[in-house]
Amino acid sequence: MIDEVAARFPYWATAVLIVVGLYGMIGKRSLVKQVIGLSIFQSAIILFFVSGSLLEGATLPILYSVHGVAEHVDPDDYVNPLPHVLMLTAIVVGVAITGVALSFLVSIYREFGTLDEREMLDEMRK
Amino acid sequence: MEQQLPVFIVGAPLLFSVIVPILGRKWRLSAFVIAVGTVAVSAVASALSLERVLRDGTFRYYLGGWEPPVGIEWVIDEVSAVVSLVVTSVSLLVVISTRRWAEREAGDRPGIFYGLVLLLLAGLTGIVITGDLFNLFVFLEIASLAAYGLVFIGGRRAMLAGFRYLIIGSIGGAFYLLGVGFIYFATGTLNMIEARQLLEEAESVRAVQVGAVFIFTGLGLKMALVPMHLWLPDAYEHAPSSVNSLIAPVMTKVAAYAMLRMFLSVFPAGYLSGTVPIADALLILGLVGIVFGSVAAAGQTDIRRMLAYSSISQLAFIAVGIGLGTPLALAAALLHVVNHAAMKATLFLATASVRFRVGLQRTHNLAGLGPRMPLTMGAFAVGSVAMVGIPPTAGFFSKWYMVQAGVAEGQWVVVAVVLLSSLLTAVYLFKVLEQVYLRPAKPEPSAHHNDEHDSPADSAVQPAEQEAMRPVVERAREAPLDVWLPIVLLGAATVVLGVLNVVIMEHVLLPGVEVS
Repeated sequence: MIDEVAARFPYWATAVLIVVGLYGMIGKRSLVKQVIGLSIFQSAIILFFVSGSLLEGATLPILYSVHGVAEHVDPDDYVNPLPHVLMLTAIVVGVAITGVALSFLVSIYREFGTLDEREMLDEMRK
Repeated sequence: MEQQLPVFIVGAPLLFSVIVPILGRKWRLSAFVIAVGTVAVSAVASALSLERVLRDGTFRYYLGGWEPPVGIEWVIDEVSAVVSLVVTSVSLLVVISTRRWAEREAGDRPGIFYGLVLLLLAGLTGIVITGDLFNLFVFLEIASLAAYGLVFIGGRRAMLAGFRYLIIGSIGGAFYLLGVGFIYFATGTLNMIEARQLLEEAESVRAVQVGAVFIFTGLGLKMALVPMHLWLPDAYEHAPSSVNSLIAPVMTKVAAYAMLRMFLSVFPAGYLSGTVPIADALLILGLVGIVFGSVAAAGQTDIRRMLAYSSISQLAFIAVGIGLGTPLALAAALLHVVNHAAMKATLFLATASVRFRVGLQRTHNLAGLGPRMPLTMGAFAVGSVAMVGIPPTAGFFSKWYMVQAGVAEGQWVVVAVVLLSSLLTAVYLFKVLEQVYLRPAKPEPSAHHNDEHDSPADSAVQPAEQEAMRPVVERAREAPLDVWLPIVLLGAATVVLGVLNVVIMEHVLLPGVEVS
C-alpha cells in the first residue's frame, strides 16, 4: 500500500489537494477561505501537469549542437517542456482569478462589514 | 484580407477591451460608440466568414503562421461560423438596446463596463472558433472573468451571487483543464483534430475516459447543467439588467457549444458510451433538467428569476441533443443554440425595458401593460410564443427536429419530455401574457406583496412598486426608439429563423455536423 502510494506520489498528492480545495470552497463559510480553497485546487492541477512531464535521467529541452549541427536528437533525452509552458499560462489565469476574487472581497467587506457568508445572508434578509 | 477574417472576429474586441476603459475615462460617450463599432466589426467578420465557409468549405487560421502541431489553429467551419455570427449579432443588438440602462447601472465608469463587455465577447468568440484544447481553456476563463465582473456590479445582492459564480465557474474551468491534461498525456497533442485521430487509433484508454468525465463536468458547471445549476438563478436575477440580457442569451450557450464541440471534434463516438456512459448521463441529466427548470420557473414571481430557470430548462434541452448524439440531434441542438439566443435576448431585453420604464418586475404586477407598451410587450409575446414552440416561430422547429431525432433513435422518453416541456413553458410564460394583455390594470396596489419573503426586490425598485402601483402602469409609455427597435428586431428574428429553418438546417448545420 505504502509502496503504491510512494510510486505514484504526485498523483496522490494531486487528488488530496483537489479534495482539500473543494472542501475549502464548498464547506467553509468564510469567503477568504473559499478563495484559499480555490488557490489550492488550482495548485493541484499545476502539480498534475508538471509531474506528468517528469522523466528520470532526462535533461533540459535545449538542443545541444556541435559546430551548428545538431547531433543525436532523441526525445527521450529531454523533459517535455510543453506542460511547463501551459502551466505558466494557467498560473497567469489563476492569478487573474484570485485577483478578481480578492477585489470582490474588498468590495463585499466595505458593503457588508463581514466576510462570513451566513452573516451576509442574515444581513440581506433584514 | 479574407484569410485574416478570424483575427477580426476575436482580435477586435480583445484589443478594444483595453482601449475603451482608457478613452472612456475622458469621453463618456466614446466608450459606447467604440464598443458598438467593435462588436459590429466582429459581427461583420463573422458574417463574411460564414459566407466564405459556405462557398469554399472549412478554413483554418494559423496564429503567427505556425502550423499545428507546433502552433495554435483556429478553425472556421459551418457550425463555428454560425454560432459566432449569432453571438456577435445578438450582442450588438443587446448593447445598443441597453445603453440607457447601462449608463445608470455602470455608474460613473462606462469605460470599464464596456471594456468588460468587449472582453466577454472576445472570450466567447474565441471559444467558438478555436481548434485547440488549451486555447479553449484560456478563452473560457477570459469570458468567465469578464462575466464575474459584470454580474458583480449589480449592487448589494449581486455581490454574493457574483462571488459564488466566480467560485463555481473557476471550479468548472479547473476541471476542464484537468481533463485536458489527461488527453494531453495520452495523446501528446492539444490540437482537437489531431487528438481525435490519435484517440481513434488508440484502443479505449481508461485515462482518457477519466479525462472526458472531468471535461464534461467542467463544461457542465459552466453551462449550468442540472445538478450543477445552483449559481445561475442568483447570478441572473441580481446581475444588472444590461448585463443579464447579454449573458443569458450567449454565455451559457457558448459553454453548451464547447461541450458539443467535444463530441464533434475531439472524442470518437466509442469513448463516450460503454463503461463510462457520458452520452447517456448527458441525456438523463438533460431530461431531468428540462422538467426541473420548467417546473421551477412556473413557481417564480420575479420575471428575471423565472427566465433564469427557463434558461436552465432550455440548456438541458441542448444537452439532450448532445446526449442523443446522432447528426440530426446535434444539428437540432445547434439550431436551438441559435434560436434560444434570439428568444432569450428578446425576453430579457423586454423585461429590462419594463423594469426601467415602469419599475415593475413581478409577474402579477404587469396587468394592463400590453396596450401601453405595445412594441416591447409585442416582442415579449412573440418571444414567449417562440419559447413555447408554436409554428412558425423558431422554437417550434428545434423541438420538431429533436422529436424526429428521438423517434429515429427509439427514445420515446425524449419525445414525451420535449412535448411536456412545451406545455410547461406555456404554463409560466402564458401566465405573464395573461396579466399583460387580458387583465385590466389593477386599481389598487397588489395585496400579495407581503408573501414574497424569500426574495425581497432590490431596494431601488421595491418602494416605487409599493407606493405607486396604479399610477405607474397608467403612466407607462413605450420605450424610446433605440431601446425598442433592437427588441423588435430580435423578436422578428425568432420568426425569421423559424421560417428559414429548413435553409439553416440543410445548408449549414447538417453539413457542419456531418463533416466534422
